[in-house]
Amino acid sequence: MVELLAVEGLYKHFGGVVATDRVDFAVAEGEIHALIGPNGAGKTTFVHQLAGALRPDSGRISFGGVEVTHTSFHERVRVGIARSYQITSIFRSHSVLDNVALAVLARSGSAFRFWRALARETALFDEASAIAAEVGLQTKLTQLAGRLPYGEQRRLEVALALATRPKLLLLDEPMAGMDPQAAHGIVELIAGLKGRVTVLLVEHDMDAVFKLADRISVLVSGRVIATGAPDEIRANGEVKRAYLGDEAAA
Amino acid sequence: MRRALTLALLALLVAFPHAAQHWGQMFYVSFATRIIIYALAVTSLNLILGFGGMVSFGHAAFFGAGAYTVGILMAEGAASVWLAWPLAVLVAALFSLVIGAVSLRTRGVYFIMITLAFAQMMYYLAVSMRAYGGEDGLTLPGRSRLGAGLELSNDVTFYYIALAVLAVALYLMRRLLDARFGQVIQAIRENETRMEAIGFPVYRYKLTCFVIAGAVAGLAGALIANQNSFVSPNLLQWTQSGTLMVMAILGGVGYLWGGVLGALVYLVLEEALSAYTVYWQLGVGVVLLAVVLCARQGLASVIARLIPAGSVPRG
Repeated sequence: MVELLAVEGLYKHFGGVVATDRVDFAVAEGEIHALIGPNGAGKTTFVHQLAGALRPDSGRISFGGVEVTHTSFHERVRVGIARSYQITSIFRSHSVLDNVALAVLARSGSAFRFWRALARETALFDEASAIAAEVGLQTKLTQLAGRLPYGEQRRLEVALALATRPKLLLLDEPMAGMDPQAAHGIVELIAGLKGRVTVLLVEHDMDAVFKLADRISVLVSGRVIATGAPDEIRANGEVKRAYLGDEAAA
Repeated sequence: MRRALTLALLALLVAFPHAAQHWGQMFYVSFATRIIIYALAVTSLNLILGFGGMVSFGHAAFFGAGAYTVGILMAEGAASVWLAWPLAVLVAALFSLVIGAVSLRTRGVYFIMITLAFAQMMYYLAVSMRAYGGEDGLTLPGRSRLGAGLELSNDVTFYYIALAVLAVALYLMRRLLDARFGQVIQAIRENETRMEAIGFPVYRYKLTCFVIAGAVAGLAGALIANQNSFVSPNLLQWTQSGTLMVMAILGGVGYLWGGVLGALVYLVLEEALSAYTVYWQLGVGVVLLAVVLCARQGLASVIARLIPAGSVPRG
């Protein structure tokens, strides 16, 4: 197992609340690794730190063997870590195509260019429309992102992260708020990424997690209490107690 | 359609001084020049305010920095356009680099307040410069010297120079807004966090935009110093920043022509109303209220709806 992402002793607190409590954690190259945990366990805070949106108080994050603990948010995207958001964060008054094109633009050379119209850079938009097609939005290219139905906005959310061509994709509850049918579509989308990109999936939907994940880590009160294959996690007594409640374990 | 209208407008503006001369109304040439200069200043503010989403309440600092650069150089005997104007741009750019580098670390109301605070610091700096008139301001011996047989002291010549500067500035801004840089800036206005999350060094883009706007405001300042043959701390006062902002809102924040329209309507109102009453600002206020209530995006948004856009074709 080759480690793509390695986290050692990661620690973050807000006032008296310890959000990330000396977490050791690793994601192997090529796997779909799910991170589960009850509400308020600190999953999103953890993702923020991996992506670089939040600085940890202490600890170390390395990616592909290189330390990135102090690498800024946007630099980490260049290194190959991209994230999606639990609360949809897209460019609502841009078209679907323009949304994805912005993410393609971010990695296609400097944007400190002041003369040639972006709309004339055909290659950029060709690539963007190919990526939009990957998430099933090929028929929606000219629609305003803010006018899309919620399920399709969630797909665009993933497309924006995907368009940065990451090595590691951090998906923060990609199925949040979706009806089962639309959620199923996202499950298939993520399954289709397998082998092409390493995925860290933060998710509440247990069916989806057990269907997709190669390994699962359980975060409770800022601590990782277990990591293992889905079957091991299902059988783990501590996980049942902490996550499913005491009655379920009984 | 829009291009044809732009060219027609330009032709009209080129013919304007001849008409004014013909009817012996030279006052209006100088008045039009004033509008053009303010249009340039408001256009530069619109770049950061409207397109970059940075609500700067200190834009007069850069306008004033440009004006004082020309004024001080002239007081020291350096009156060449080719020295004073580029230097005015450079000085304004440097101030905006320093002020922007600090201010852009903040957001929202804090950004508004810190830009205001910096501008007030520059205002008091100007007041404290006794050698250059202090509070009373500095009367200039004349206008900058252009050479090539052209005299800026001729109001018509100066009008054409100002018009040319504004036309070039608007054209460059159109290019910039459609190009990568402008598209990035506008996307940052819409969703800054996501721009960072897809890999853009957002701060660097915002700072660059802030400096460009400051530099252009400096050029407008250099022009206003020439126009008035006078510079005073009033040019940098917060009320001046407010006036520029009101013009931008009136004209249309986030529209290329917003700055031009705003300066035009504001100054014409001021001129027309102040003939009747010293309380002309009341009238301007009523118009501003009407515009904000009826056309929230400013006058340019109304015009944009009337005239179909010729968007940049893909490919």
